[in-house]
Amino acid sequence: MIGSHLLTVLIAVPLFAGVLCLFVRAEGARWIALIATLLDLALSAYLWVTYDPNGAQWQFVESVPLGGAINWSLGIDGIALVLIALTTFLMPICIGASWRSIQKRVPEYMAYFLLMEALILGSFSAQDLFLFYVFFEGGLIPMYLIIGIWGGAERIKASYKFFLYTLFGSVLMLIAMLYMRSVAGTTYIPSLLVFNFPREAQTFLFLAFLASFAVKLPLWPVHTWLPDAHVQAPTAGSVILAGVLLKLGGYGFIRFSLPMFPEGSVQFIPLMFVLSGIAVVYTSLVALVQRDMKKLIAYSSVAHMAFVTFGLFAMNRQGIEGAMLVMLGHGLVSGALFLCVGVVYDRLHTREIAAYGGLSDNMPGYALLFMVFTMASVGLPGLSNFPGEFLSSVGTYRASSWAAIVATTGIILGAAYMLWLYWRICFGAARTPEAAAMKDLDVREWWLLAPIALAVVWMGVYPESFLRPIRKDVGRLMTRVETVAPAGDSHLTPGNGAVHIDMGAMH
Amino acid sequence: MIPRFTAPLLPELILSIGGTILMILAAFTGRRGSGVTSWLAVALLIGATIALVGPPSHAGPVFDGLVTADLFASFGKAIMFPAAAVAIIAAHGWFERGTEHASEYSVLIVFAAVGMSVMVSATSLIALYVGLELNSLAGYVLASYRRTDERSAEAGLKYFVLGALASGILLYGISLLYGFTGTTNFTGIAAAFGRGAPSLGLLFGLVFLLAGLAFKASVVPFHMWTPDVYEGAPTPVTAFFASAPKVAAVLLSVRVCVEGLGPATDAWRQIVIFAALASIFLGAVAAYGQTNIKRLLAYSSINNVGFALVGLAAAGPRGTSSVLFYMAVYVVMTLGAFLCVLWMRDAEGRPVEDIESLSGLAQTRPGFAAAFAIFMFSLAGIPPLFGFWPKLLVFTAAVETGYVALAVAAILGTVIGAYYYLKIVKIMYMDEPAAPYRRVRQPVQGLLILVAALAVSPLGYLLIGPLSSLTDRAAGTLF
Repeated sequence: MIGSHLLTVLIAVPLFAGVLCLFVRAEGARWIALIATLLDLALSAYLWVTYDPNGAQWQFVESVPLGGAINWSLGIDGIALVLIALTTFLMPICIGASWRSIQKRVPEYMAYFLLMEALILGSFSAQDLFLFYVFFEGGLIPMYLIIGIWGGAERIKASYKFFLYTLFGSVLMLIAMLYMRSVAGTTYIPSLLVFNFPREAQTFLFLAFLASFAVKLPLWPVHTWLPDAHVQAPTAGSVILAGVLLKLGGYGFIRFSLPMFPEGSVQFIPLMFVLSGIAVVYTSLVALVQRDMKKLIAYSSVAHMAFVTFGLFAMNRQGIEGAMLVMLGHGLVSGALFLCVGVVYDRLHTREIAAYGGLSDNMPGYALLFMVFTMASVGLPGLSNFPGEFLSSVGTYRASSWAAIVATTGIILGAAYMLWLYWRICFGAARTPEAAAMKDLDVREWWLLAPIALAVVWMGVYPESFLRPIRKDVGRLMTRVETVAPAGDSHLTPGNGAVHIDMGAMH
Repeated sequence: MIPRFTAPLLPELILSIGGTILMILAAFTGRRGSGVTSWLAVALLIGATIALVGPPSHAGPVFDGLVTADLFASFGKAIMFPAAAVAIIAAHGWFERGTEHASEYSVLIVFAAVGMSVMVSATSLIALYVGLELNSLAGYVLASYRRTDERSAEAGLKYFVLGALASGILLYGISLLYGFTGTTNFTGIAAAFGRGAPSLGLLFGLVFLLAGLAFKASVVPFHMWTPDVYEGAPTPVTAFFASAPKVAAVLLSVRVCVEGLGPATDAWRQIVIFAALASIFLGAVAAYGQTNIKRLLAYSSINNVGFALVGLAAAGPRGTSSVLFYMAVYVVMTLGAFLCVLWMRDAEGRPVEDIESLSGLAQTRPGFAAAFAIFMFSLAGIPPLFGFWPKLLVFTAAVETGYVALAVAAILGTVIGAYYYLKIVKIMYMDEPAAPYRRVRQPVQGLLILVAALAVSPLGYLLIGPLSSLTDRAAGTLF
């Protein structure tokens, strides 16, 4: 019984736990939330183990018609699987991060978090267009409340900005969905994935979906909600925002834009490359001059997400696989970095970089883990972000060498701002006596950060375990896009073409 | 011997005869009997709703085609009668405190319900006018029901003067249509419009008729009275105005447009499109600066009717069905929101209408705040709440008829409108608590709020199947 409705159970567990939270006191709500998220983690581990990478495209499929134009259709492929795993992995950590730092209105807080987990998992597993939209948009409500109630001083403005920006993006997507339904006559995503929309319509459909996913991802110039939201959100809110919610944008491109409107996507490759290029360079430079730790990491998120769009719109296997790995790696690392900020914020209640310094003396454990995540964010080989950024750059190079040059400057700038941040916080002498007196990580904080550190190392050393589930799905995506994908410029050779490097052959 | 027409007219007969008896009862029992009268009125309305079940309630034309008892009308009545009953229950604990005589309130609502019922079943211009006036006259009295309150008297007067003007415009339109077609029957008018391009006189008649109806449905640019009347009228009356008569007016417009003016679709469609977009945007923008919750909800209702009209602009069975669906969900959301407003009482139990007084409600009264927030998000049409689905349906209808630009414009209106709904949620959830409200001991109202909140929560999606098959069939009777 449960076996055939595994995804429904996965969504229902946090949902019911969330409702339950509203009826208990703070301590009870914390435990309910922790148990529910751990249960979901166990369920998703079971999904991962039983998922057959060589099996059918859609697994754990279930469908119940709700009447009208919407069906309760769930099912996942490898791409959704790894993102579900990322979500369920980060959720218990978020609950743990809020264990003591959230003191007011705890049951409500836990309820919104669990509701959000349910909605995110729903978006990743929905197989019906409108069901996806309902889940995708529904996530706004709990996040709006989390930022607005538990956020910092500017929380109200940030919550409005977050909500209205993303709503505006999404409603255009809704129009496109209505059109798709009237043309294709179905809302079943697997059928739409192989449906060929009229060429001229694809342009508009792509733009409409772009409006939504670009805001969500976020892509320059519609990223401005992100730093506000991040800075004002509580630590766990930032973790989930950076770790998972942004990934919905990338997931949207992979699930909808590229396979459903390949010809529309091709037309906009130059636009996407230019926007991503600006994002990488501009937001990296902006990150460099930030005084607020959270804001710095928020801007670095925008820069990293640009690697996702670079990889995706390279429209080759390396690029798309790389984009997936960047999403996973960034989900882990940015989440961990926000947790690291949270750790010192809980002690000193400031996010000013200038207030810290010399933490490696009094917080060696913290300095060690922070170093691991900093290096991962920089893209050090052997840690999680390297395989993704490398593949994504290779893919981009095959498509356009100019784009690749711009993209890789982002890696250099990334190293600059992250290492400088680390230097200012952990090295040198403490700038305030309060900073020098801070205690090292306690057991709870170790429990939060160590699992992410392990995952980061695992991804860096053996990315194959994350590539295996998605390989066939990326292949299916390739069959949709490669017929229309333009030839790249990397095989252009000077002279009479004596040296012909085919990067595809190396794969 | 019972005349042949009684079976199809059973709901109206129950309400008219029952209402008359209640009026006599109210006159004899005075203030003491107000509780009994109001529950009897609720029973009448529920009885009339039950009488809708079964084939006789959609048996076809009655009184030589003056009115008809079809599924379309029955669907409207099935929404309006319970809504009227809720409006009666909403007044419990409201009028008792003052010096008002509460018994007539329920009687007037019952008569208004008869009027609405005639409106949705009208198939001739005469029946249309009679139903509309019966409803309006009851409405004028209801708006000024709190005689001692200046605002209420002002609301009643304003409503009456402007309503009379609208009736005049409507009658003028009716007379033009009659003069140029020689019939008051919808099908006859449709036949006249079907004979080639409509003459100038016919078009004038059409425009005036629609203008009169737009006033009743408070559609821009005939919405001016709405915020003032909603603010001034006693809150239970406002709840009533925003729900049942609105459904009646919208459904009547649908029937007039589709059945009576069907061949002239191109002529009225542009009017409806303009009215829809104007209502959506004005309803969204004008609500920004409001500090009174009733005024805000007035603009919200203007905004929502605009969305329903998008479905009408799409015409066709699909569009009509989406309008019916929209109004059904709209009534639940609006009544729920107004029941919440009824519960806003200060420490002495006096009603408050200031939006700021909702500050921090989530901390002082979490359940109340949650229900209110659900209605707000639902009215804004944010998924996963159920208010999203009817919006989706009207947009679908518009897109499938080829009116993509209309759908895009309307959907941008939802984003603009979302702001003020969010503002209420923000005040309730993110601000520091203000002085807490006094608890209202009205378990029936509490239950109604709970039911409404559950119905527009994501659980509502389970209703999509049965409700859309019903609206499809009801819309089908017009084509």
